[in-house]
Parts: sequence; C-alpha cells; structure tokens
Amino acid sequence: MTNSTMTKVASAPAQIRRSKLSELRRAFTGLQGEETLAGLFFILPNFLGFVAFSLFPIAFAVYITFTEWNLAKPPVFIGFQNFVTLWSDPLFWKTLGNTIYYTFVAVPTGVFAAFWLAILMNRKMKGILFFRTIYFLPQITLTVAAAVVWSWLYNPELGLFNFLLDMVGIQGPRWLGSTTWAMPAIIIMGNWQGIGFAMLILLAGLQGIPDQFYEASEIDGASDWQKLRYITVPMLTPTIFFVVVTSLIGAFQGFDQFYVMTNGGPAKSTTTLVLYIFQNGFSFFKMGYGSALAFMLFVSILIITLVQWQLANRWVYGFQDD
Amino acid sequence: MAASTSEGKLLSSSTKRKAAGLTRQQRRRIGDTIAWVLLSLGGIMMMVPFLWMVFTSFKSTPEIYQYPPKLFPRVWLWSNYYDAWTLLPFATFFKNSAIVSIGVVLGQLFTCSLAGYSFGRLRYPGRDRIFLLYLATMMIPFAVIMIPLYVQMSSMKWVDTLWPLIVPAIFTPWGTFLMRQFMLTLPRELEDAARIDGASFFRIYARIILPLTKPALATLGIFTFLGSWNSFLWPLIMISSLKLKTVPLGMTAFQSRMPAKTPWELVMAAATFAILPVLIAFVLGQKYYVQGIVTSGLKG
Repeated sequence: MTNSTMTKVASAPAQIRRSKLSELRRAFTGLQGEETLAGLFFILPNFLGFVAFSLFPIAFAVYITFTEWNLAKPPVFIGFQNFVTLWSDPLFWKTLGNTIYYTFVAVPTGVFAAFWLAILMNRKMKGILFFRTIYFLPQITLTVAAAVVWSWLYNPELGLFNFLLDMVGIQGPRWLGSTTWAMPAIIIMGNWQGIGFAMLILLAGLQGIPDQFYEASEIDGASDWQKLRYITVPMLTPTIFFVVVTSLIGAFQGFDQFYVMTNGGPAKSTTTLVLYIFQNGFSFFKMGYGSALAFMLFVSILIITLVQWQLANRWVYGFQDD
Repeated sequence: MAASTSEGKLLSSSTKRKAAGLTRQQRRRIGDTIAWVLLSLGGIMMMVPFLWMVFTSFKSTPEIYQYPPKLFPRVWLWSNYYDAWTLLPFATFFKNSAIVSIGVVLGQLFTCSLAGYSFGRLRYPGRDRIFLLYLATMMIPFAVIMIPLYVQMSSMKWVDTLWPLIVPAIFTPWGTFLMRQFMLTLPRELEDAARIDGASFFRIYARIILPLTKPALATLGIFTFLGSWNSFLWPLIMISSLKLKTVPLGMTAFQSRMPAKTPWELVMAAATFAILPVLIAFVLGQKYYVQGIVTSGLKG
C-alpha cells in the first residue's frame, strides 16, 4: 500500500538534486513563488506540532537509550550498558516471549475466523448490515470497559463461562488467575474485539474480485470448493497479507486489556513488552532502561514486518507487481 | 457470487448432490439460509458479553453472588446506575473525555486538512521529502515515544493536566496521510479555473477543496473521536488526580477502589454508560467509519 507512494516520493529528490540554484530562486518568485509560500505556510501548523511531538521525542528517545536516568537526578551517559543489561534480563526475554505467544496465536486464529466470517457475509441478503454491525461493535467498544466485562465473565466462581462449563460437567479453570489459562483468556477476548476489523477489510477484498472469474469457472464446471480454492483465496491473498501485517503490528503492542485484566500476572505470565516498558518507565522510573526496551520492541516489529514482506513473494498473488 | 463458494464446504454430501439438480436461485436460497443460521449463532456469541454486562448491571448484590446465576435480574434495579454515577465522579470523567476528544478532533481536522491540501494539491520543492519524513515516523510504535514525551511534558509542567492528552494528539502523521490521499483523488480542473479567476490558495482550500473533502473529514473525525475517547495508555501515564481522569481511567479507578469485593453490578453499569457515547458516535457515522477502514486499509 504505502509501497507505491514510497517509490513515487523517492524519485522526487533525484529531480531536485538535478535542479540548479536558479530553479530554487524560481521556486520562490512569481506564480510558483506564491504556490511555494502557500504550500509551506499550510503545512506549518501541522509540521511544527509534528516536529515537537513526533520527531523530537524520537530523537530524544535515542539519546535516553544510552543513559541512566530516574528524572530526579540529571541523566548519566552509560553507552550501550542498557542493552547489555537487557540481554541478560530474564524478564525482558520472558515478556518478549509472552508478546510473541500472544501475537502468533491471536493473529492467525483471528484472521482465519475473520476469513470465514467474511465469506459468509459476502452475499446480498436481508439483514446483512445488521450482522456486520453486530460483529463490528466490539471493535469500537472501549478496550478498558470490554476488559472489565470480560474479567467478570472469566470470574472463576461467579462468572458466566465457568457456569456454562459447569452445566456440561466441566470444571472450569481459574482463567485470569491461572498461569496456563490467563494468556488464552486474553487471546479469546482480543479476537472477540478484533474480528470485526479484519472481517471488514477482507469483505472489501472479496467484493473487489471480478465476477467474470467465477462466471468463467462455472462454464468450466468448477465446484464451489474449487472456486474457493483457486479463485477466492489467491485473489484475496493481498488483502489477507495486509490484514496479517497490520494485525501483527497491533498485537505486538498490546497493553490495555493486559493492564486491566491481569496487570501482567499471575507470575508475569501475561506481562507484554509494552507493559514491561510502562512498568520500567513509570513504576521504577528507569527512563533509560525503558527506552532501551522500547527500542527492542521497535526492532522486533521491524523484523516481523520485513520477514512478512520477504515471505509474501511466496504466497501473495501478484506481490511483485505492487 | 463469491459467496456461493462457501456452500460447497457447508452442505453435506447428500444435500450437495441434490443441490446439483436445483436451479441457481434455489441453491442461492439454501446458501443464504445456511449463512443466516451460522451468522446468527456467531452473532449471539459476539453479543453475550454485552448482554451479560447489561443484565448484570441491573441485578442486586445478593443476586450477583447467587449460584447458579440467572440470566435476567429478579427486579430491574435502575438505582445501580445512579449509584455507579455518584460513587465516582463520572460526570467529571465524561466532561474531561468530552473536552479532550472534541479538542483533538477539531485540532486534527484543521491542521491535517491544511497539511493534506499542501501535500496533495500544491507543488513546491522539498514537499515530498517532508512527506517521506511523515511516512517514516508512522512506523514508530507509540511505546518508543511515550517515555521521552513524558519527560517533555514534565519539563513543560503539563503533567497531570488535560493539555498533554489534547495537544500532542492533534498533529498525527496518520491524519495528514489520510487527508493527502483523499485530496489526491480530486480533479484538478476546478482549482485551475479558480486560480485563473484570481482566487487565493487559502480561498481554494476553504471554498473548493474542503467541501469536496467532507467524506474524508467525517472519516478522520470519527476515527479520531473514537481513538481519543478509548485512549488509555497515554492518559494513564499523564493523569493522576481523580478530577482530571477520563472515562477509561475512571473505569479502572473503580476496580482499584474496592479491591476486596468488587461491586460487579456497579462496574457493569459504569461499563454500560462508558460504552454508550462511542456506540452513538458509531451508529451516526458508521458509513464513514467503514469507508475509512476500507480506503485507508486497502488503497493507502
């Protein structure tokens, strides 16, 4: 998606380099001068804020990474010490592992479910808009409110889930109180909330597949299964790819429901990387160490995204042409 | 037509054989029925948390602790809503959330549409380089920024005020990106005509571009409103006093206030009225919201 814009943008600086000083002068005089001034003037309000609250904090973050700083005393420059500490910090590895566990279970199961949901929903039928709204409602609900409601549903003694399990003769687990079940519980809640988003994008992808393909395949006597396998799935792979990549990036930064439902417990079994960064920064006031952890989060997301782009050549239809 | 593909998998082999002898329309009807049944079952599962929340919110305390639980409350206790509303200053939380959300929405609509116009419609040297800078920062996770931004806010003496929830949220690259992408799709002719007639660029922006951009403005507005209303991590970092908490923070204050015995009926009542504004915003702007997801998601 941003790929096409990137290439378009990348070609522009080359042109500028070729231009001479006189062209620059022309850019600021006459009719073009008016347009240049207007252009710069119109981005100014946004650009100032962008520099102050996006660019500057990013540069500042890089600096903090190399310091030991608790805000009470001035920062001390310690080089790469934070990264050395981090490498042998078992909690960093544990929280990274938790984040990977959450991401790589929640995203594939969520996208798989959303795929079938989109297939079911891709028909002109009475009440389809109603269904679409129902499946989408959790997406717009405040995560905090949803997390509180799910904590109640997961309550081991009084919650609905264990009552329903009890009715069919199963002794329910302690859910959020159990090191084994807390993470799956949050994954279920996360997918309940996220399925509407994935479904909607996949549905848009499905509706973009030209009817001619299906008509042609019907003439050739293709069965429904063959149509799904050889037309729908390949044609949908670019959309699936987009959904997978954005969901991975989002899931890797999970915080709200973890903070509210378990606050990382029991025994750190649901402490995600962002929660660990939050604790370091704002409970222990280790600004430097927290920033180093945040840098590792960024690197992890970058690696996952790059690997996805690499793998895309193998399974995403027409990926090279993009 | 893509829809009929699911039938093959869903019908048992005997019905499938029979279906082969049916007309297209009959097959379609069978498919619709199956889809309807499955979607209804799934829909009920999706609604269970909401229903349980609402039913619980009307129950009395003994009913909460009663086993086995009943679906409907014996008496519908509307007073739970009053109790939840007054136990914590929810009116204040709503006021704070409204100030923050409306401030962020107005600020974004203004600065992002101006910047989007500049990036998308005007030509001048350096434009694409600046835009590339915007794109690059979109890939940075918020967790990277939150610590330096906190330090920045504390040096500006903005900690525990509403300012940090509003001001930094106004200048998102994402909003600028969305506006630019939409404005790129507008035809050039109108602008050129206005230019020849001697209209200033600001006049073109205000009189021609903005009216044509209404759908994108609506999309950005509703996304920003929902995002701001639901935002949790950043307010959690910045706000500590009760009178400045937003609705999501207020929800958690509830939990930590009564650690021993959570008054679940009151918590569920609070959750219900916390969800209500976003529900209304969504129902009003569903069209634009859905459009926003589809266009920003696929076209980019």
